[in-house]
Amino acid sequence: MSGEAYEKVKKARSAGRYTGIDFIKGIFNHFFELHGDRRFADDSAIIGGVAYLDTTPVTVIAIEKGHNARERMQRLFGAPNPEGYRKALRLMKQAEKFKRPVICFIDTSGAYCGIGAEERGQGLAIAENLSEMMTLNTPVISVLIGEGGSGGALALAVADRVYMLENAVYSVISPEGCASILWKDSSKASEAADCLKLTAHDALELGVIEDVISEDNMDQPEFFAELRDRLLSEIRTLRADKQLLDHRYERFRAFGRSE
Amino acid sequence: MPFLKFLYNPKNELESGGRAVAPIQADDNEPEKECPNCHKSIPISRIWANMNTCSCGYHFRMSARQRISFIADKGSFEELFSDVTSNDPLKFDGYANKLETVRAASNENEAVICGYASIGKTRCCLFVMEPNFMMGSMGSAVGERITRLFELATEKRLPVVGYTVSGGARMQEGLISLMQMAKTSGAVKRHSDAGLLYLTVLTDPTTGGVTASFAMEGDIILAEPDATIGFAGARVIEQTTRKTLPKGFQKAEFLLEHGFVDAIAPRRYQRSLVAMLLKMHCGGDEL
Ligand SMILES: [Zn+2]
Repeated sequence: MSGEAYEKVKKARSAGRYTGIDFIKGIFNHFFELHGDRRFADDSAIIGGVAYLDTTPVTVIAIEKGHNARERMQRLFGAPNPEGYRKALRLMKQAEKFKRPVICFIDTSGAYCGIGAEERGQGLAIAENLSEMMTLNTPVISVLIGEGGSGGALALAVADRVYMLENAVYSVISPEGCASILWKDSSKASEAADCLKLTAHDALELGVIEDVISEDNMDQPEFFAELRDRLLSEIRTLRADKQLLDHRYERFRAFGRSE
Repeated sequence: MPFLKFLYNPKNELESGGRAVAPIQADDNEPEKECPNCHKSIPISRIWANMNTCSCGYHFRMSARQRISFIADKGSFEELFSDVTSNDPLKFDGYANKLETVRAASNENEAVICGYASIGKTRCCLFVMEPNFMMGSMGSAVGERITRLFELATEKRLPVVGYTVSGGARMQEGLISLMQMAKTSGAVKRHSDAGLLYLTVLTDPTTGGVTASFAMEGDIILAEPDATIGFAGARVIEQTTRKTLPKGFQKAEFLLEHGFVDAIAPRRYQRSLVAMLLKMHCGGDEL
Protein backbone atom coordinates (compact mmCIF):
# COMPACT_ATOMS: atom_id res chain seq x y z
CA MET A 1 0.00 0.00 0.00
CA SER A 2 2.73 2.46 0.93
CA GLY A 3 3.75 4.64 -1.98
CA GLU A 4 1.05 3.32 -4.28
CA ALA A 5 -1.18 6.35 -3.90
CA TYR A 6 1.64 8.72 -4.75
CA GLU A 7 2.45 6.67 -7.85
CA LYS A 8 -1.13 7.38 -8.95
CA VAL A 9 -0.60 11.09 -8.27
CA LYS A 10 2.46 11.03 -10.54
CA LYS A 11 0.55 9.17 -13.25
CA ALA A 12 -2.38 11.58 -12.99
CA ARG A 13 0.03 14.47 -13.52
CA SER A 14 2.17 12.86 -16.19
CA ALA A 15 2.66 14.70 -19.47
CA GLY A 16 1.75 11.87 -21.83
CA ARG A 17 -1.80 11.57 -20.53
CA TYR A 18 -4.90 12.34 -22.55
CA THR A 19 -6.12 15.84 -21.82
CA GLY A 20 -9.64 17.27 -21.97
CA ILE A 21 -9.36 17.98 -25.71
CA ASP A 22 -8.50 14.33 -26.43
CA PHE A 23 -11.66 13.22 -24.66
CA ILE A 24 -13.77 15.73 -26.58
CA LYS A 25 -12.26 14.56 -29.89
CA GLY A 26 -12.51 10.91 -28.99
CA ILE A 27 -16.10 10.83 -27.78
CA PHE A 28 -18.15 13.56 -29.50
CA ASN A 29 -19.02 14.70 -33.01
CA HIS A 30 -19.35 18.23 -34.36
CA PHE A 31 -17.96 19.88 -31.23
CA PHE A 32 -18.34 23.64 -31.50
CA GLU A 33 -16.50 25.69 -28.91
CA LEU A 34 -18.31 28.56 -27.18
CA HIS A 35 -16.08 31.20 -25.65
CA GLY A 36 -16.23 33.62 -22.77
CA ASP A 37 -18.09 34.28 -19.55
CA ARG A 38 -19.86 37.41 -20.95
CA ARG A 39 -18.53 39.34 -17.96
CA PHE A 40 -14.80 39.63 -18.10
CA ALA A 41 -12.86 37.27 -20.34
CA ASP A 42 -12.48 33.89 -21.96
CA ASP A 43 -10.55 31.56 -19.69
CA SER A 44 -8.19 29.34 -21.63
CA ALA A 45 -8.03 26.63 -18.96
CA ILE A 46 -11.66 25.68 -19.50
CA ILE A 47 -13.03 24.64 -22.87
CA GLY A 48 -16.77 24.48 -23.36
CA GLY A 49 -19.18 24.00 -26.19
CA VAL A 50 -21.94 22.05 -27.85
CA ALA A 51 -21.56 18.68 -29.54
CA TYR A 52 -23.32 15.48 -30.45
CA LEU A 53 -22.94 12.45 -28.26
CA ASP A 54 -23.86 9.87 -30.87
CA THR A 55 -27.10 11.58 -32.00
CA THR A 56 -27.85 13.47 -28.78
CA PRO A 57 -26.95 17.18 -28.51
CA VAL A 58 -25.00 17.80 -25.31
CA THR A 59 -23.02 20.54 -23.59
CA VAL A 60 -19.39 19.58 -23.00
CA ILE A 61 -17.09 21.33 -20.54
CA ALA A 62 -13.47 20.32 -20.04
CA ILE A 63 -10.52 21.61 -18.09
CA GLU A 64 -7.58 21.57 -20.47
CA LYS A 65 -3.98 21.33 -19.30
CA GLY A 66 -2.30 21.28 -22.73
CA HIS A 67 0.02 18.65 -24.22
CA ASN A 68 3.35 20.46 -24.40
CA ALA A 69 5.14 23.32 -22.69
CA ARG A 70 3.72 25.97 -25.00
CA GLU A 71 0.15 24.72 -24.68
CA ARG A 72 0.51 24.32 -20.94
CA MET A 73 1.56 27.93 -20.57
CA GLN A 74 -1.33 29.06 -22.73
CA ARG A 75 -3.79 26.90 -20.75
CA LEU A 76 -2.43 28.11 -17.40
CA PHE A 77 -1.58 24.48 -16.61
CA GLY A 78 -5.28 23.75 -16.35
CA ALA A 79 -5.84 26.05 -13.40
CA PRO A 80 -9.04 27.99 -14.13
CA ASN A 81 -9.60 31.61 -13.20
CA PRO A 82 -13.02 32.78 -11.94
CA GLU A 83 -14.04 33.59 -15.52
CA GLY A 84 -13.49 29.93 -16.40
CA TYR A 85 -15.97 28.78 -13.77
CA ARG A 86 -18.36 31.53 -14.84
CA LYS A 87 -18.09 30.44 -18.47
CA ALA A 88 -18.82 26.88 -17.38
CA LEU A 89 -21.86 28.03 -15.44
CA ARG A 90 -23.11 30.09 -18.37
CA LEU A 91 -22.89 27.04 -20.61
CA MET A 92 -24.59 24.85 -18.02
CA LYS A 93 -27.48 27.30 -17.75
CA GLN A 94 -27.68 27.29 -21.51
CA ALA A 95 -27.78 23.49 -21.47
CA GLU A 96 -30.65 23.61 -18.97
CA LYS A 97 -32.56 26.01 -21.20
CA PHE A 98 -32.19 23.77 -24.25
CA LYS A 99 -32.65 20.56 -22.26
CA ARG A 100 -29.20 19.25 -23.09
CA PRO A 101 -27.31 17.03 -20.69
CA VAL A 102 -23.98 18.37 -19.39
CA ILE A 103 -20.78 16.35 -19.47
CA CYS A 104 -17.67 17.66 -17.68
CA PHE A 105 -14.09 16.43 -17.91
CA ILE A 106 -11.93 17.45 -14.98
CA ASP A 107 -8.17 17.69 -14.85
CA THR A 108 -6.74 20.40 -12.61
CA SER A 109 -4.32 20.78 -9.75
CA GLY A 110 -6.77 23.38 -8.45
CA ALA A 111 -8.34 26.73 -9.18
CA TYR A 112 -5.82 29.36 -10.32
CA CYS A 113 -3.93 30.91 -7.50
CA GLY A 114 -3.24 34.56 -8.28
CA ILE A 115 -3.88 38.20 -7.51
CA GLY A 116 -6.37 38.68 -10.34
CA ALA A 117 -8.20 35.48 -9.43
CA GLU A 118 -8.80 36.81 -5.93
CA GLU A 119 -9.73 40.28 -7.20
CA ARG A 120 -12.37 38.72 -9.41
CA GLY A 121 -13.74 36.47 -6.68
CA GLN A 122 -12.38 32.96 -7.11
CA GLY A 123 -14.17 31.80 -3.95
CA LEU A 124 -17.49 33.24 -5.06
CA ALA A 125 -17.15 31.78 -8.56
CA ILE A 126 -16.68 28.28 -7.15
CA ALA A 127 -19.45 28.76 -4.56
CA GLU A 128 -21.89 29.85 -7.26
CA ASN A 129 -21.14 26.78 -9.36
CA LEU A 130 -21.70 24.51 -6.37
CA SER A 131 -25.09 25.96 -5.53
CA GLU A 132 -26.29 26.45 -9.11
CA MET A 133 -25.23 22.97 -10.21
CA MET A 134 -27.18 21.52 -7.31
CA THR A 135 -30.41 22.77 -8.88
CA LEU A 136 -29.48 22.65 -12.56
CA ASN A 137 -32.48 20.95 -14.09
CA THR A 138 -30.74 18.69 -16.59
CA PRO A 139 -28.58 15.57 -16.17
CA VAL A 140 -24.93 16.27 -15.28
CA ILE A 141 -22.13 13.71 -15.55
CA SER A 142 -18.55 14.49 -14.52
CA VAL A 143 -15.48 12.44 -15.33
CA LEU A 144 -12.18 12.99 -13.52
CA ILE A 145 -9.53 12.21 -16.12
CA GLY A 146 -6.34 13.30 -14.33
CA GLU A 147 -5.98 15.52 -11.30
CA GLY A 148 -9.03 16.44 -9.26
CA GLY A 149 -7.68 19.31 -7.20
CA SER A 150 -10.00 20.40 -4.41
CA GLY A 151 -12.69 23.07 -4.86
CA GLY A 152 -11.37 23.87 -8.31
CA ALA A 153 -12.37 20.36 -9.42
CA LEU A 154 -15.56 20.11 -7.36
CA ALA A 155 -16.82 23.29 -9.07
CA LEU A 156 -17.47 21.09 -12.13
CA ALA A 157 -18.37 17.92 -10.26
CA VAL A 158 -21.68 18.57 -8.51
CA ALA A 159 -23.13 15.93 -10.79
CA ASP A 160 -25.61 13.05 -10.88
CA ARG A 161 -22.83 10.64 -11.79
CA VAL A 162 -19.13 11.10 -11.13
CA TYR A 163 -16.54 8.74 -12.63
CA MET A 164 -12.80 8.56 -12.28
CA LEU A 165 -10.21 7.08 -14.55
CA GLU A 166 -8.17 4.37 -12.91
CA ASN A 167 -5.14 6.63 -12.52
CA ALA A 168 -6.95 9.85 -11.77
CA VAL A 169 -6.80 11.31 -8.26
CA TYR A 170 -9.29 13.45 -6.33
CA SER A 171 -8.26 15.28 -3.21
CA VAL A 172 -9.07 18.16 -0.91
CA ILE A 173 -5.41 19.25 -0.91
CA SER A 174 -2.29 18.23 -2.82
CA PRO A 175 -0.24 15.61 -0.96
CA GLU A 176 2.70 18.07 -0.97
CA GLY A 177 0.55 20.79 0.60
CA CYS A 178 -0.85 18.39 3.15
CA ALA A 179 2.63 17.15 4.14
CA SER A 180 4.02 20.64 4.51
CA ILE A 181 1.12 21.77 6.69
CA LEU A 182 0.92 18.66 8.86
CA TRP A 183 4.55 17.68 9.15
CA LYS A 184 6.31 20.84 7.88
CA ASP A 185 7.94 18.61 5.29
CA SER A 186 6.72 18.52 1.70
CA SER A 187 9.01 15.57 0.94
CA LYS A 188 6.60 13.40 2.92
CA ALA A 189 4.07 13.78 0.11
CA SER A 190 3.95 10.04 -0.43
CA GLU A 191 2.83 9.40 3.18
CA ALA A 192 0.30 12.19 2.86
CA ALA A 193 -1.05 10.68 -0.37
CA ASP A 194 -1.72 7.43 1.49
CA CYS A 195 -3.49 9.23 4.34
CA LEU A 196 -5.64 11.37 2.04
CA LYS A 197 -7.36 8.40 0.32
CA LEU A 198 -7.22 10.15 -3.02
CA THR A 199 -7.13 7.29 -5.54
CA ALA A 200 -10.07 6.28 -7.70
CA HIS A 201 -10.57 3.12 -5.66
CA ASP A 202 -10.54 5.10 -2.41
CA ALA A 203 -13.08 7.54 -3.84
CA LEU A 204 -15.27 4.63 -4.90
CA GLU A 205 -15.06 3.12 -1.44
CA LEU A 206 -16.00 6.47 0.14
CA GLY A 207 -18.99 6.70 -2.20
CA VAL A 208 -17.67 9.91 -3.77
CA ILE A 209 -17.80 8.38 -7.28
CA GLU A 210 -20.04 5.86 -9.00
CA ASP A 211 -17.39 3.89 -10.85
CA VAL A 212 -13.74 3.56 -11.82
CA ILE A 213 -12.97 3.59 -15.55
CA SER A 214 -10.27 1.12 -16.51
CA GLU A 215 -7.29 2.46 -18.47
CA ASP A 216 -6.36 -0.99 -19.83
CA ASN A 217 -7.09 -0.25 -23.47
CA MET A 218 -6.65 3.48 -23.32
CA ASP A 219 -4.62 3.53 -26.54
CA GLN A 220 -7.30 1.59 -28.45
CA PRO A 221 -10.29 3.17 -30.19
CA GLU A 222 -12.60 1.02 -28.02
CA PHE A 223 -11.66 3.09 -25.00
CA PHE A 224 -13.55 6.15 -26.18
CA ALA A 225 -16.30 4.06 -27.79
CA GLU A 226 -16.98 2.33 -24.48
CA LEU A 227 -16.98 5.61 -22.62
CA ARG A 228 -19.43 7.04 -25.18
CA ASP A 229 -21.75 4.08 -24.69
CA ARG A 230 -21.62 4.43 -20.95
CA LEU A 231 -22.41 8.16 -21.10
CA LEU A 232 -25.32 7.50 -23.45
CA SER A 233 -26.83 4.84 -21.28
CA GLU A 234 -26.45 6.92 -18.09
CA ILE A 235 -28.03 9.94 -19.79
CA ARG A 236 -30.98 7.76 -20.75
CA THR A 237 -31.40 6.65 -17.14
CA LEU A 238 -31.02 10.19 -15.76
CA ARG A 239 -33.47 11.67 -18.26
CA ALA A 240 -36.10 9.19 -17.10
CA ASP A 241 -35.58 10.18 -13.45
CA LYS A 242 -38.51 12.31 -12.34
CA GLN A 243 -36.75 13.24 -9.10
CA LEU A 244 -33.38 14.02 -10.60
CA LEU A 245 -32.69 17.06 -8.41
CA ASP A 246 -33.78 15.38 -5.19
CA HIS A 247 -31.48 12.50 -5.98
CA ARG A 248 -28.61 14.87 -6.73
CA TYR A 249 -29.19 16.66 -3.43
CA GLU A 250 -29.28 13.34 -1.58
CA ARG A 251 -26.16 12.15 -3.34
CA PHE A 252 -24.17 14.95 -1.68
CA ARG A 253 -26.29 15.15 1.45
CA ALA A 254 -25.16 11.65 2.38
CA PHE A 255 -21.50 12.54 2.99
CA GLY A 256 -20.95 12.76 6.72
CA ARG A 257 -24.66 12.45 7.46
CA SER A 258 -25.66 11.70 11.01
CA GLU A 259 -29.18 11.20 12.26
CA MET B 1 -5.28 49.98 8.57
CA PRO B 2 -6.17 53.21 6.81
CA PHE B 3 -9.89 52.45 6.61
CA LEU B 4 -10.52 51.95 10.27
CA LYS B 5 -10.36 55.59 11.22
CA PHE B 6 -12.92 56.41 8.60
CA LEU B 7 -15.16 53.62 9.79
CA TYR B 8 -15.11 54.82 13.34
CA ASN B 9 -16.36 58.22 12.35
CA PRO B 10 -19.89 57.23 11.47
CA LYS B 11 -21.31 59.23 8.61
CA ASN B 12 -24.92 58.93 9.55
CA GLU B 13 -27.31 58.01 12.28
CA LEU B 14 -27.49 54.40 11.15
CA GLU B 15 -23.79 53.79 11.37
CA SER B 16 -23.58 55.37 14.80
CA GLY B 17 -26.52 53.42 16.17
CA GLY B 18 -24.42 50.82 17.92
CA ARG B 19 -23.86 50.00 21.52
CA ALA B 20 -21.85 52.41 23.58
CA VAL B 21 -18.35 51.32 24.49
CA ALA B 22 -18.27 50.59 28.19
CA PRO B 23 -15.75 52.65 30.14
CA ILE B 24 -14.19 50.20 32.54
CA GLN B 25 -11.77 51.05 35.28
CA ALA B 26 -9.07 48.42 35.34
CA ASP B 27 -7.05 47.60 38.41
CA ASP B 28 -3.30 47.95 38.15
CA ASN B 29 -2.30 44.30 38.39
CA GLU B 30 -4.53 43.05 35.67
CA PRO B 31 -2.96 41.11 32.79
CA GLU B 32 -2.64 43.13 29.62
CA LYS B 33 -2.51 42.34 25.94
CA GLU B 34 -0.72 44.33 23.30
CA CYS B 35 -2.77 45.56 20.37
CA PRO B 36 -1.02 44.51 17.15
CA ASN B 37 -2.24 47.69 15.45
CA CYS B 38 -1.51 50.58 17.84
CA HIS B 39 0.87 48.61 20.10
CA LYS B 40 -0.79 49.90 23.26
CA SER B 41 -1.09 47.50 26.17
CA ILE B 42 -4.70 47.08 27.15
CA PRO B 43 -6.11 45.37 30.25
CA ILE B 44 -7.88 42.13 29.28
CA SER B 45 -11.11 43.19 30.98
CA ARG B 46 -11.27 46.32 28.88
CA ILE B 47 -10.78 44.35 25.66
CA TRP B 48 -13.58 42.05 26.71
CA ALA B 49 -15.89 44.85 27.66
CA ASN B 50 -15.35 46.37 24.24
CA MET B 51 -16.35 43.20 22.43
CA ASN B 52 -12.73 42.22 21.89
CA THR B 53 -11.77 45.41 20.15
CA CYS B 54 -9.13 48.02 20.89
CA SER B 55 -9.99 51.71 21.08
CA CYS B 56 -7.97 52.18 17.87
CA GLY B 57 -10.50 49.98 16.11
CA TYR B 58 -8.49 46.78 15.96
CA HIS B 59 -10.66 43.65 16.18
CA PHE B 60 -9.19 40.78 18.14
CA ARG B 61 -10.39 37.27 17.33
CA MET B 62 -13.29 36.05 19.34
CA SER B 63 -14.56 32.67 20.48
CA ALA B 64 -17.91 31.48 19.17
CA ARG B 65 -19.56 31.52 22.61
CA GLN B 66 -18.42 35.07 23.22
CA ARG B 67 -19.86 36.15 19.88
CA ILE B 68 -23.16 34.46 20.58
CA SER B 69 -23.37 36.29 23.89
CA PHE B 70 -22.99 39.63 22.19
CA ILE B 71 -25.09 39.04 19.06
CA ALA B 72 -28.06 37.04 20.39
CA ASP B 73 -30.76 38.54 22.61
CA LYS B 74 -30.09 37.66 26.23
CA GLY B 75 -31.18 34.11 27.03
CA SER B 76 -32.51 33.48 23.53
CA PHE B 77 -29.84 31.11 22.25
CA GLU B 78 -30.84 27.48 22.15
CA GLU B 79 -28.02 25.24 20.93
CA LEU B 80 -28.70 22.51 18.37
CA PHE B 81 -26.80 19.53 16.97
CA SER B 82 -24.03 19.65 19.57
CA ASP B 83 -24.04 15.84 19.46
CA VAL B 84 -22.90 15.85 15.81
CA THR B 85 -19.17 15.15 15.86
CA SER B 86 -16.55 13.81 13.47
CA ASN B 87 -16.20 10.07 13.13
CA ASP B 88 -12.76 10.36 11.51
CA PRO B 89 -14.00 9.01 8.15
CA LEU B 90 -10.54 8.32 6.70
CA LYS B 91 -9.00 7.05 9.94
CA PHE B 92 -6.36 9.67 9.17
CA ASP B 93 -3.05 9.19 10.97
CA GLY B 94 -3.02 11.17 14.22
CA TYR B 95 -6.38 12.89 13.65
CA ALA B 96 -8.26 11.16 16.47
CA ASN B 97 -5.61 12.31 18.96
CA LYS B 98 -5.60 15.79 17.51
CA LEU B 99 -9.38 16.02 17.95
CA GLU B 100 -9.08 14.95 21.56
CA THR B 101 -6.41 17.55 22.30
CA VAL B 102 -8.34 20.33 20.58
CA ARG B 103 -11.56 19.41 22.36
CA ALA B 104 -9.86 19.60 25.71
CA ALA B 105 -8.11 22.89 24.92
CA SER B 106 -11.07 24.68 23.35
CA ASN B 107 -13.84 23.25 25.49
CA GLU B 108 -15.84 22.78 22.29
CA ASN B 109 -16.46 19.58 20.38
CA GLU B 110 -16.50 21.03 16.87
CA ALA B 111 -15.63 24.14 14.87
CA VAL B 112 -19.15 25.56 14.61
CA ILE B 113 -21.93 26.23 17.09
CA CYS B 114 -25.50 26.25 15.78
CA GLY B 115 -28.85 27.04 17.29
CA TYR B 116 -32.01 29.06 17.46
CA ALA B 117 -31.62 32.67 18.54
CA SER B 118 -33.37 35.99 18.55
CA ILE B 119 -31.54 39.08 17.39
CA GLY B 120 -33.38 42.32 18.15
CA LYS B 121 -36.43 40.15 18.81
CA THR B 122 -36.37 38.54 15.36
CA ARG B 123 -36.21 34.78 15.57
CA CYS B 124 -33.53 33.17 13.42
CA CYS B 125 -31.18 30.25 13.05
CA LEU B 126 -27.64 31.23 14.00
CA PHE B 127 -24.29 29.59 13.33
CA VAL B 128 -21.00 30.87 14.62
CA MET B 129 -17.70 29.26 13.69
CA GLU B 130 -15.01 28.70 16.30
CA PRO B 131 -11.45 29.90 15.59
CA ASN B 132 -10.11 27.97 18.58
CA PHE B 133 -11.15 24.65 17.09
CA MET B 134 -8.64 23.78 14.33
CA MET B 135 -9.10 27.32 13.01
CA GLY B 136 -12.70 26.73 12.06
CA SER B 137 -11.81 24.11 9.48
CA MET B 138 -14.75 22.37 7.81
CA GLY B 139 -14.98 18.63 8.21
CA SER B 140 -18.01 16.37 8.13
CA ALA B 141 -19.38 17.58 11.48
CA VAL B 142 -19.20 21.26 10.54
CA GLY B 143 -20.81 20.50 7.20
CA GLU B 144 -23.50 18.36 8.81
CA ARG B 145 -24.36 20.94 11.49
CA ILE B 146 -24.60 23.76 8.97
CA THR B 147 -26.61 21.65 6.52
CA ARG B 148 -29.02 20.61 9.25
CA LEU B 149 -29.38 24.22 10.37
CA PHE B 150 -30.33 25.35 6.86
CA GLU B 151 -32.73 22.43 6.44
CA LEU B 152 -34.34 23.30 9.76
CA ALA B 153 -34.53 26.99 8.87
CA THR B 154 -36.15 26.12 5.54
CA GLU B 155 -38.71 23.93 7.28
CA LYS B 156 -39.47 26.53 9.98
CA ARG B 157 -39.24 29.41 7.50
CA LEU B 158 -36.59 31.24 9.51
CA PRO B 159 -33.73 33.46 8.34
CA VAL B 160 -30.15 32.28 8.92
CA VAL B 161 -27.41 34.47 10.34
CA GLY B 162 -23.91 33.02 10.06
CA TYR B 163 -20.52 34.12 11.36
CA THR B 164 -17.66 32.56 9.44
CA VAL B 165 -14.07 32.06 10.47
CA SER B 166 -12.17 29.28 8.79
CA GLY B 167 -8.83 28.17 7.45
CA GLY B 168 -10.73 26.09 4.88
CA ALA B 169 -11.49 22.43 4.49
CA ARG B 170 -10.28 19.98 7.14
CA MET B 171 -7.68 18.00 5.25
CA GLN B 172 -7.73 15.12 7.73
CA GLU B 173 -11.19 14.30 6.41
CA GLY B 174 -10.04 14.34 2.78
CA LEU B 175 -12.75 13.96 0.16
CA ILE B 176 -15.48 13.78 2.78
CA SER B 177 -14.50 17.27 3.85
CA LEU B 178 -14.43 18.46 0.22
CA MET B 179 -17.95 17.08 -0.29
CA GLN B 180 -19.20 19.29 2.57
CA MET B 181 -18.74 22.28 0.26
CA ALA B 182 -21.33 20.85 -2.14
CA LYS B 183 -23.57 19.58 0.63
CA THR B 184 -23.77 22.90 2.50
CA SER B 185 -24.19 24.80 -0.78
CA GLY B 186 -27.14 22.59 -1.65
CA ALA B 187 -28.83 23.29 1.66
CA VAL B 188 -28.19 27.04 1.35
CA LYS B 189 -29.67 26.98 -2.16
CA ARG B 190 -32.86 25.27 -1.00
CA HIS B 191 -33.22 27.81 1.81
CA SER B 192 -32.68 30.63 -0.68
CA ASP B 193 -35.13 29.17 -3.20
CA ALA B 194 -37.72 29.12 -0.39
CA GLY B 195 -37.44 32.91 -0.30
CA LEU B 196 -35.63 33.12 3.01
CA LEU B 197 -32.87 35.47 4.13
CA TYR B 198 -29.31 34.34 4.72
CA LEU B 199 -26.95 36.92 6.15
CA THR B 200 -23.26 36.24 6.65
CA VAL B 201 -20.68 38.11 8.66
CA LEU B 202 -17.19 37.22 7.48
CA THR B 203 -14.60 37.45 10.21
CA ASP B 204 -10.84 37.02 10.33
CA PRO B 205 -9.85 34.74 8.63
CA THR B 206 -12.39 33.33 6.18
CA THR B 207 -10.54 31.36 3.52
CA GLY B 208 -10.41 28.27 1.31
CA GLY B 209 -13.34 25.89 1.11
CA VAL B 210 -15.57 27.96 3.37
CA THR B 211 -15.08 31.07 1.21
CA ALA B 212 -15.75 28.89 -1.83
CA SER B 213 -19.05 27.69 -0.40
CA PHE B 214 -21.48 28.97 2.22
CA ALA B 215 -19.54 32.09 3.30
CA MET B 216 -20.06 33.76 -0.09
CA GLU B 217 -23.61 32.52 -0.65
CA GLY B 218 -25.38 35.01 1.60
CA ASP B 219 -28.05 37.42 0.35
CA ILE B 220 -26.26 40.03 2.41
CA ILE B 221 -22.57 39.69 3.18
CA LEU B 222 -21.00 41.81 5.92
CA ALA B 223 -17.35 41.71 6.92
CA GLU B 224 -15.48 42.76 10.02
CA PRO B 225 -12.88 45.52 9.54
CA ASP B 226 -9.48 44.29 8.38
CA ALA B 227 -10.59 40.63 8.24
CA THR B 228 -8.64 38.46 5.80
CA ILE B 229 -11.07 36.95 3.30
CA GLY B 230 -10.00 34.98 0.27
CA PHE B 231 -9.79 31.67 -1.50
CA ALA B 232 -6.08 30.95 -1.87
CA GLY B 233 -3.63 31.79 0.90
CA ALA B 234 -1.66 35.01 0.42
CA ARG B 235 1.68 33.26 0.94
CA VAL B 236 0.83 30.59 -1.62
CA ILE B 237 -0.12 33.28 -4.14
CA GLU B 238 3.13 35.13 -3.51
CA GLN B 239 5.17 31.95 -3.96
CA THR B 240 3.32 30.83 -7.09
CA THR B 241 3.21 34.16 -8.91
CA ARG B 242 6.43 35.69 -7.51
CA LYS B 243 4.62 39.01 -7.42
CA THR B 244 4.34 41.49 -4.59
CA LEU B 245 0.81 41.51 -3.30
CA PRO B 246 -1.02 44.84 -3.42
CA LYS B 247 -1.50 46.69 -0.16
CA GLY B 248 -4.49 45.47 1.80
CA PHE B 249 -4.79 42.38 -0.42
CA GLN B 250 -7.63 40.06 0.69
CA LYS B 251 -8.65 42.41 3.48
CA ALA B 252 -12.34 43.13 4.05
CA GLU B 253 -11.90 46.63 2.59
CA PHE B 254 -10.30 45.12 -0.54
CA LEU B 255 -13.32 42.86 -0.96
CA LEU B 256 -15.70 45.78 -0.52
CA GLU B 257 -13.80 47.72 -3.15
CA HIS B 258 -13.96 44.76 -5.59
CA GLY B 259 -17.65 44.25 -5.01
CA PHE B 260 -17.71 41.04 -2.98
CA VAL B 261 -19.14 42.24 0.33
CA ASP B 262 -22.02 44.60 1.00
CA ALA B 263 -20.57 46.49 3.93
CA ILE B 264 -17.88 46.54 6.57
CA ALA B 265 -19.52 46.08 9.94
CA PRO B 266 -17.42 47.05 12.94
CA ARG B 267 -18.33 44.95 15.94
CA ARG B 268 -19.87 47.73 17.98
CA TYR B 269 -22.50 48.39 15.29
CA GLN B 270 -22.96 44.79 14.25
CA ARG B 271 -25.76 43.77 16.54
CA SER B 272 -28.00 46.71 15.73
CA LEU B 273 -27.20 46.40 12.04
CA VAL B 274 -28.00 42.68 11.90
CA ALA B 275 -31.15 43.26 13.96
CA MET B 276 -32.32 45.98 11.59
CA LEU B 277 -31.64 43.91 8.47
CA LEU B 278 -33.43 40.90 9.95
CA LYS B 279 -36.42 43.05 10.82
CA MET B 280 -36.47 44.61 7.39
CA HIS B 281 -36.64 41.15 5.77
CA CYS B 282 -38.82 39.33 8.27
CA GLY B 283 -40.80 41.93 10.16
CA GLY B 284 -43.40 42.93 7.57
CA ASP B 285 -44.27 46.55 6.77
CA GLU B 286 -44.05 47.99 10.23
CA LEU B 287 -41.00 49.94 11.29
ZN1 LIG C 1 -5.13 49.24 19.16
